[in-house]
Amino acid sequence: MSSDTSEIIRQDDVTIRFAGDSGDGMQLTGTQFTDTTALVGNDLATFPDFPAEIRAPAGTRAGVSGFQIHFSSADIYTPGDAPDVLVAMNPAALIINYKDLKPGGIVLVNTGSFTEKDLERADCKTNPLTDGSLSGFRVIQEDINQRTIEALAGSPLGKKDVLRCKNFFTLGMMYWLFSRPIEPTLEWLEEKFGKKPDLFDANTRALKAGYNHGELLRLFQGRYEVPKVDNVEPGTYRNINGNQAVALGLVAGAELAGLKAFLGSYPITPATDILQYMSVMKNHGVITCQMEDEIAGICTAIGASFAGHLGMTNTSGPGLALKTEAMGLAVITELPLVIVNVQRGGPSTGLPTKVEQADLLQCIFGRNGEAPIPVISCSSPADAFECAVEACRIAVEYMTPVILLSDNYIANGAEPWKLPAIEDLPRFEVKFVTDPEGYTPYTRDAKLARAWAKPGTPDLMHRIGGLEKDARTGNVSYDPDNHQIMCETRLAKVMGIRDSIPTPTYYGPDAPDLLVVSWGSTYGATRSAVEALQKEGRRIGRLHMRHMYPLPYGLPEIFASARRIVLPEMNFGQLARLLTSEYPQFKFEQHYKVKGKPFFAPELKAHFRTILEEMA
Amino acid sequence: MSELQQLKAKDFKSNQEIRWCPGCGDYSIIAGVQAVLADIGVARENVVMVSGIGCSSRFPYYMETYGFHGIHGRANAIATGVKVANPDLQVWVITGDGDGLSIGGNHMIHSLRRNVDLKIILFNNEIYGLTKGQYSPTSPQGLKTKTSPYGSVDAPFNPLQLALGSGSTFVARTLDTQPKHMKEVLAAAAAHKGSAFVEVWQNCVIFNDGCFKDWTDKTTRDEQTIMLQPGQPMVYGKDQDKGLKIDGFALKIVPAAEASAWDPTVDSAGPAFVMTQLDNDPAMPRPFGVFRSVRKPTLDELVHEQIGTVTTKRGPGALKDLLYTSDCWTVD
Ligand SMILES: Cc1ncc(C[n+]2csc(CCOP(=O)(O)OP(=O)(O)O)c2C)c(N)n1
Ligand code: SF4
Ligand SMILES: [Mg+2]
Repeated sequence: MSSDTSEIIRQDDVTIRFAGDSGDGMQLTGTQFTDTTALVGNDLATFPDFPAEIRAPAGTRAGVSGFQIHFSSADIYTPGDAPDVLVAMNPAALIINYKDLKPGGIVLVNTGSFTEKDLERADCKTNPLTDGSLSGFRVIQEDINQRTIEALAGSPLGKKDVLRCKNFFTLGMMYWLFSRPIEPTLEWLEEKFGKKPDLFDANTRALKAGYNHGELLRLFQGRYEVPKVDNVEPGTYRNINGNQAVALGLVAGAELAGLKAFLGSYPITPATDILQYMSVMKNHGVITCQMEDEIAGICTAIGASFAGHLGMTNTSGPGLALKTEAMGLAVITELPLVIVNVQRGGPSTGLPTKVEQADLLQCIFGRNGEAPIPVISCSSPADAFECAVEACRIAVEYMTPVILLSDNYIANGAEPWKLPAIEDLPRFEVKFVTDPEGYTPYTRDAKLARAWAKPGTPDLMHRIGGLEKDARTGNVSYDPDNHQIMCETRLAKVMGIRDSIPTPTYYGPDAPDLLVVSWGSTYGATRSAVEALQKEGRRIGRLHMRHMYPLPYGLPEIFASARRIVLPEMNFGQLARLLTSEYPQFKFEQHYKVKGKPFFAPELKAHFRTILEEMA
Repeated sequence: MSELQQLKAKDFKSNQEIRWCPGCGDYSIIAGVQAVLADIGVARENVVMVSGIGCSSRFPYYMETYGFHGIHGRANAIATGVKVANPDLQVWVITGDGDGLSIGGNHMIHSLRRNVDLKIILFNNEIYGLTKGQYSPTSPQGLKTKTSPYGSVDAPFNPLQLALGSGSTFVARTLDTQPKHMKEVLAAAAAHKGSAFVEVWQNCVIFNDGCFKDWTDKTTRDEQTIMLQPGQPMVYGKDQDKGLKIDGFALKIVPAAEASAWDPTVDSAGPAFVMTQLDNDPAMPRPFGVFRSVRKPTLDELVHEQIGTVTTKRGPGALKDLLYTSDCWTVD
């Protein structure tokens, strides 16, 4: 392959979207391309976009599954905005994606799936390949179905199975186009199909044929090279998605607390993977229970914490609503518990496979009674590990339930994660009470955390529960003054967490014209947009929040330095409201998007630029 | 105090004053549980009482054991977490007919189907006591309560049938008025490995007084009830002169000498189910005692067995192995 004489075009930043029918294997194509790209040394971020239905009718728009990868020779923070390249395996995939493409972008179309019937299934009145829709793009038409059949001539596989290999043919073409090695995927095929020689052989041949096809046919003007990132921090890296990172962080967090992890759960998109990942970790002593509903999920976790484990539960918005009452129980019994909420589009079932961050106020305030619960939010897949560990730390150090917020964009997006050295992770070993001397269930330490004695410990038998308890004896108490004291104490304990969390770092010029405050998965697009404007010399700065409740110290000082403050949120301004009520002296301007899609850097940049120009 | 010394029933009493109405059947149940715990010689620190919400659910506060007073209906789920986390604990669930069969019905059937090793006592007073007298899922049709002033139109559950239908490996029934019988049944439940479902007929003197009177009244009860004894002929009556004979899918009344023996240990839940059908027939005595007692693997056993098997096969996992997988790459 070194004989290749195609022109090499250097490009520093590329976004590719693979799109096809749910059955076309685009997720696999995307993840293979991603793994290879990571090994090549590019920074990258990915995001899959799949339909809510498992098998929507083949060829329809509802059945289109997509996978986007953004890779670069510099650091990047988002899975990309407008793609440079669109791979469309059928008319439906083309129709719903081509408008996102950059002007002049490349469209690789599998013409083998553009029969009259295919067009009809995709609800196309005219053929987009010929009706002028694609003018302004560089269209490469190839009958990938036919090429795959030719490449696999003589294979013992039936025609249907042969055609299934077309994604590997396509992957081969893309490897050639972007100068990636095919060896990592060959190794993967060996591992996956080693015991099924026919499948191994067919996919290998398809991959190689696709690669050679790119080279031989000169379909493209040349091939691209995206050099590796030069100044990468040394270390060991791994590609990780948000759900994996949360699962690992929870298991690590339990271990750092010296406890066993217990996850009580009920499947719900997009949180289920966390249960799935943790179910595998049996040899790490992790207990997972798939319960009959979300209420049972959190209640088993509370029971496990009572018994001396670190109870955890994971869910998404509708499930969080069901857990509400039990969260209050965890507050009043003051047991450690980590509740992961992977947000999706609401209300109700809403947009189950799409992104939104509209559960913030529900998490902070959505319970009966005065029931403060600390809330932490992840900003990216790689950040999710640290956030999950932090959630565990707060849970055990303060004897409190903690909500960890993620969202569908973080959960399913992936990026390289620099692995921490195990020895560098914070340790927060729990010390159970064993000495009966002076013990009551509500004996508190300096942090106001109550003493934790677990069943099985002699002479520390005690009773806790949902009824208010006497601050001193721990017995049921209806005393009015005591109730106020207990409510104040629980709140003071949670507010005290501020002593253990940092003020978020402000990045930007002193006294900026515009301060952008972001939280959750808006991190990447916000950072990209702000940095781009900073490069243009604009006086714009940014601040990203991890601790949503209690709010860290030091925020008003930062807010005071800015002329205007804006918050991009995938909700109707929930953080803006929170900050407004907390710091009424400042004006927090909201900028919202609730389309089930993340913010893109260019749209944020345009919005920030408009504000800056208004001020000029 | 060393737990090795023989504990008495009173050692299981907490220092909290009991707040049930005078005459409430709950008193006799707590006395029964305390006596049984003392008899079986379990250490107090190894006992956990988990309850939901209701008059009955205040129970854990009165016991000198570990206790968790949960939220309405969720005791079985909380207790499942306790037991699976630490199988060495003896975990009891205290629940009511509303708590365990209405709001908590889902958790009840699922904990029974999973055979979690829990001793479940369902205080059945056929009424919502704590909320001051509304009909419950076990109230008979026609019962007049505050929310059914013209009589309840809801058909009730038979708790035993629900438990049997959920696959419960131990199902029993006893009454608050028969302390000796109750202790036998509770001791059998405590000895059972797996979900033990015990329905206790409990009189609410305030809101549903006398609802079980036909079967508890000293003058009528002997003719109206039958106490099942494992392996023994099913005989009843003041003079122990009547018996029950299994006749196909039904039971019929026969002279004592012809009575069939009762065997709760058969694998099939069929005979126990047939036995519960007596509840529907006013001409037949109501059965009490152990309906079913079979040994099956429990959830807590299976969870830990699986952890053991996987750990043996894959070796005990270290955090480092979880993070540093084969698909990592290094940048120098
Ligand atoms: C979520 C919730 N809904 C309703 C209630 C009100 N409530 C408390 S106890 C109860 C019924 C209790 O009846 P049962 O379980 O039969 O117990 P009993 O008082 O009869 O012993 C109800 C409806 C509650 N505490 N929580
Ligand atoms: S209301 Fe009924 S069930 Fe509740 S304590 Fe009083 S008598 Fe017992
Ligand atoms: Mg009741």
